[in-house]
Parts: sequence; structure tokens; C-alpha cells
Amino acid sequence: MVNWIWLAMIALSVVFGAVNGRVQQVTEAAFSGAQTGVTVCFGLISILVFWMGLMKIAEVSGIVRRLSLLMAPIVRWLFPDVPKDHPALGYILSNMSANLLGLGNAATPMGIRAMQELQKLNPNPSVATPAMCTLLALNTASITIVPTTLIAIRMNFGSAHPADIIGPTLLATAISTGAAVAADRWYRRRQRAAPPVRPPSAGKASQRPASPPASL
Amino acid sequence: MVAALHALSAWAIPMFIVLIPLVAAFRKVPVYETFVDGAKDGFQTAIGIIPHLVGMMTAISMFRASGAMDMLIGWVAPFFSALGIPAEVLPLGLLRPITGAGSLAFATDLIKTYGPDSLIGRIASVVQGSTDTTLYVVTVYFGAVGIRNARYALKVGLFSDAVGFFAAVFACWLLFLIEPSFRIPRPSCANPAMGV
Repeated sequence: MVNWIWLAMIALSVVFGAVNGRVQQVTEAAFSGAQTGVTVCFGLISILVFWMGLMKIAEVSGIVRRLSLLMAPIVRWLFPDVPKDHPALGYILSNMSANLLGLGNAATPMGIRAMQELQKLNPNPSVATPAMCTLLALNTASITIVPTTLIAIRMNFGSAHPADIIGPTLLATAISTGAAVAADRWYRRRQRAAPPVRPPSAGKASQRPASPPASL
Repeated sequence: MVAALHALSAWAIPMFIVLIPLVAAFRKVPVYETFVDGAKDGFQTAIGIIPHLVGMMTAISMFRASGAMDMLIGWVAPFFSALGIPAEVLPLGLLRPITGAGSLAFATDLIKTYGPDSLIGRIASVVQGSTDTTLYVVTVYFGAVGIRNARYALKVGLFSDAVGFFAAVFACWLLFLIEPSFRIPRPSCANPAMGV
């Protein structure tokens, strides 16, 4: 899909440029765009180097682990179908706390380990379990306390208060995570109320299955 | 709430910078060596983004220069301005769940074009910073364990992206348009500790 978007933007640019008589500007924009890309990345170096150094300290000193302990009750509530002492919960916690601190590089391997552990609990290995969907929802919403990359970019373009976005970002991310969790819960409940294999029924929606669905 | 969000913006980074090394030192971690060790990764990460960002910035700059962007925005502007949403940020909301590099490039483009402290620049920052790339996360996480039927996971992800987009617009409105009457003295302007 990304391939198509990219191609469409470039192709449409040339077509529209020709129609609007702006081919010259389009050509110039191609080079200035490439230049901005490099400049922005170089601008990111300072903050990313600093921040990742700081976060390494957090990791080595066990602050990340301490943070996961704090979140343990939330995670147990979010994943009711994972046994209490299952290793998956540990990885989920590391994944969430790494996301919280903006450690994307550390969060992804942890999340994948968690998925692998959840897969062991999965009766049907090619179909996602509710726990997997919940983990995914948390990761797509991804609460991050400090959006370092954006702060760095704002700094690059001369913002008076680059860090001003932390508060609103946290508010927005809290709302979107809340929405993800709510939607996830809603689907879980619907799953439990209906048989896992979609029935051909149209009018018997209120009929409850006699036995619990096999996929749970 | 506005004051609380401002305080959060102003204090989050200084708190991180002071508390993490302090706690670590208390736990007998060699803070400086550890810092340097971790900082190496930051360089790799920044350099690693270059090809992605160059590719996307080129396409977006061309798209804007050709006049296609203005046309696209012109179509949707009447509807969105009625809702109080600058139509300029709409493409960002659509790109965000699909491509991380593309939306980062688009956010950069908006910040560059309209200025980082404009409403559009701020909404762009918040939209980009507040969610992750849903399609990428689904592919990576489910791909790693061979899940082929993602069930409702994608729907939940896209739904939360949509909610996040409107929440970002709302949060920026709240802070940056109502702000003048609420402006509080900041403990540190532009965070000197981060070496502006």
C-alpha cells in the first residue's frame, strides 16, 4: 500500500504540475524535499542520542522494570484470559513500559516475545486470540510520555516552546488508548455472546449458544 | 486542566533528566558510562531514518509544489472548517495509520510550511506523536507469529487512530486557542537543559 501511495503522489505531482504549469517548481521541490529529509534527520541526532542514553540508564537501573510492576494490575485486568503466572504477562509489561518511555526499539522485540507466548495459549495458531488483539490495540495506540522525535523537529524549525506538545500529546494518546481499550472490550464481549463461527442466522440474534465458544 | 497540561509539558523533560540518573546512581549504576553506551543507538536510529524520510519528503514536497495538495485540501476544506479542523492536517490523519515514515514526513512538511507554533504545526506534532502506525504494528506483530486472521484487531486500531486524530485537534484547540487567558509562567522556557 505504501508503494502505491508513494507512486501516486509522485505521478500526480508531475501530472498536476504539467496541467498547472508548475513543472519547474515540482522539480525544485523534489530536490528541496530530499534536502529537508536529510536536514531533519541530522537535527534528530542530538535529541535521539541524548534521550537514548538517558533511557539506557533507566533500563540498566531497573526503573523500567519498576514501572512494569506498577502497571501489573492494569495488565491483569486487560488480559483476563492469560494465566496469572504466565511469562506472556511479563513481556507484555516490558512492552508497555518501553512504549511509555518512548523506547520503540526495545518495545517491539518485547511485544513480539509476548505474542509468541500468547501463541502458545492459542488453540488455533492462524487466528488471533482476544489477548493478542488487546496487545495489538495497546501497541497501535502506544502511549508515549515524551514524543522526542517531534520535539526535535519542532526545535529544528525554530519553535519557541518545542516541548509544548507534551501535554496535549499525552491527552490525545490517553483518549485514543482509552478508545482502543473500550473497542477491544466491546469486541471481546460480543465474541463471548456469539458463537465463534459466524452463524447464517439473521433473525435469531438473541439466541445464546448452549456451550461456550471454542475459541475462548 | 489547561494549566495541568502546561505544567506537564514544561516539567516532563526536566523531571526525566534529573530523576532517572539520580535513581540509577542511588542503585549503584555507573550513570555516565551507561549513558554513553546507550547514546550510541540514538545515532544509528537517526541515520537509519534518512532513506525513509528523504523518499517521503521528496514525494510530499512535489505534491505540494504541483498544486495538487491545494486542490485536495480545497475539496474538503468547507466541511472540515465547519468542524473547526484545519483541512491542511487531514491528509496527515489519513496517512498516519498507513505509513510511519510518510506521516512523519508530512508532519515535518506541515511544521515547515506553517511554522511549528501555528495551530496547524501543533496539531501535526500531536497527531504524529500520539499514535503508532497501525498497519505496520499489525503486520509486524501478527506476522512474527504467523497469525493470518487478525479478526477485529485492525478495526480496533483504526478506530483508535480516528479517535486519536480528533482528540489531538481538540487538545490543541484547548491549549493554544484558549491559552492566552490561561498562560502561566513557565519554569523553563524551551528547556535549556536540552541544549537548544
